[in-house]
Amino acid sequence: MSDLIKKVTALLNDKTINAFIGYEKGSANRIRAIFVRTEDQVQKLILNASCTQNLTGYLMKHEVKKLGKLGILANVAALRSIMQLASEFQIKDGEVYVLFANADGSLTEFTDFKSIETFLQTTDTGIKSEEQEMIAKLEAMTVNERWLFWNKEFEKCIKCYACRAACPMCYCHRCTTDVNQPQWIPVASHELGNLDYHLMRAMHLAGRCVNCGECATACPMDIPLNLLTYQLISPIKATFDATAGMKADAMYALSTYKPDDKENFII
Amino acid sequence: MQEFEPKIVAFVCNWCTYAGADLTGTSRIKYSANVKIIRFPCTGRIDFMILMKAFENGADGIIVSGCHPNDCHYSTGNFHARRRWIVFRNLLNFTGIDTERIQFSWVSAAEGFKWADVVNNTVKKIKEIGPYENYNKIAVSTLFNEEGATNE
Ligand code: SF4
Ligand code: SF4
Repeated sequence: MSDLIKKVTALLNDKTINAFIGYEKGSANRIRAIFVRTEDQVQKLILNASCTQNLTGYLMKHEVKKLGKLGILANVAALRSIMQLASEFQIKDGEVYVLFANADGSLTEFTDFKSIETFLQTTDTGIKSEEQEMIAKLEAMTVNERWLFWNKEFEKCIKCYACRAACPMCYCHRCTTDVNQPQWIPVASHELGNLDYHLMRAMHLAGRCVNCGECATACPMDIPLNLLTYQLISPIKATFDATAGMKADAMYALSTYKPDDKENFII
Repeated sequence: MQEFEPKIVAFVCNWCTYAGADLTGTSRIKYSANVKIIRFPCTGRIDFMILMKAFENGADGIIVSGCHPNDCHYSTGNFHARRRWIVFRNLLNFTGIDTERIQFSWVSAAEGFKWADVVNNTVKKIKEIGPYENYNKIAVSTLFNEEGATNE
């Protein structure tokens, strides 16, 4: 019996948690999320190199919240999501039991926010080098070339909103996308509505995105939409000294201000 | 050929720039008629989506203007707006939207001359850059033009 199964069985038995969010084998070679509530479900839990999904998106879904006290299997991105959700008052300290999967397969327990913060300070949380290269490549283009690049990407979007469903930070009950009075985002998968949707999505996640990449992974059309929010990480850090998902009591860069915030474009 | 007359939409706050623009008028300072002014309670209320809507409906340029820092009628609206524009401009630039077409300014109720300058200079700049063709191609008017359905 694996450490994970032993641990989760114990947690369920002593009622520390009512449900545990982890990974199980899906169809074909896929891995999918499982919501473990009973002892026979525990046996389905797996943990291997393919288990990379950031599961924290489920924490905010009301069907999952209803299950009672939750435990979750976390990777680095998930820990950061939990910090960000905490800073947005979505999770209270100690409310979620966090089991962190180390690279060597061993498990670390996190029962409070402080220990997660401390752990993250010495962990690599940056974006991947290939994504960095892609951003640099786009930044080196002319404005018009970038327009054509994104136009081509957004053209593919079928507005399935899988990216929204996958993002741990997209938990609003009523999204701007769904508002129809006024109709902010044209509904059809037309270039205009697609551009609006992506700008809106990126702007609402600016300074909150924890670069987990779930949005791009979820996209059936392979749109690299995660780059939109990734690109904003360094200017937000440089200008406002703010980074998402590192501290449970951090202020969201766009809900605060400094009287001497610097810009160079307002006349 | 007729000279290109850009459509400029100005989003201004009620307390400073709108009053400033009023002063431009009452002082009989002449300025470009290309601008359509839309009054908001505060720059803090000017959602970035509203700017997108202006481009979608055929604007070639946009002006966003409000009270100078520390002068906001609601104390902090323009400070919040400033942060938002810093981030939004980054995003627009990264998605290939021409930030040259959006002019941000602080114009107080006493700066009638400055308002005329901001408008005139913006109109001049947009005349040089030309119509916003990239955006026009995907504008609202194109939404209804496929398969015989028109918006006329
Ligand atoms: S926007 Fe994408 S990368 Fe950022 S937190 Fe949401 S899912 Fe993760
Ligand atoms: S997941 Fe991809 S196709 Fe679906 S709405 Fe998001 S970007 Fe568009």
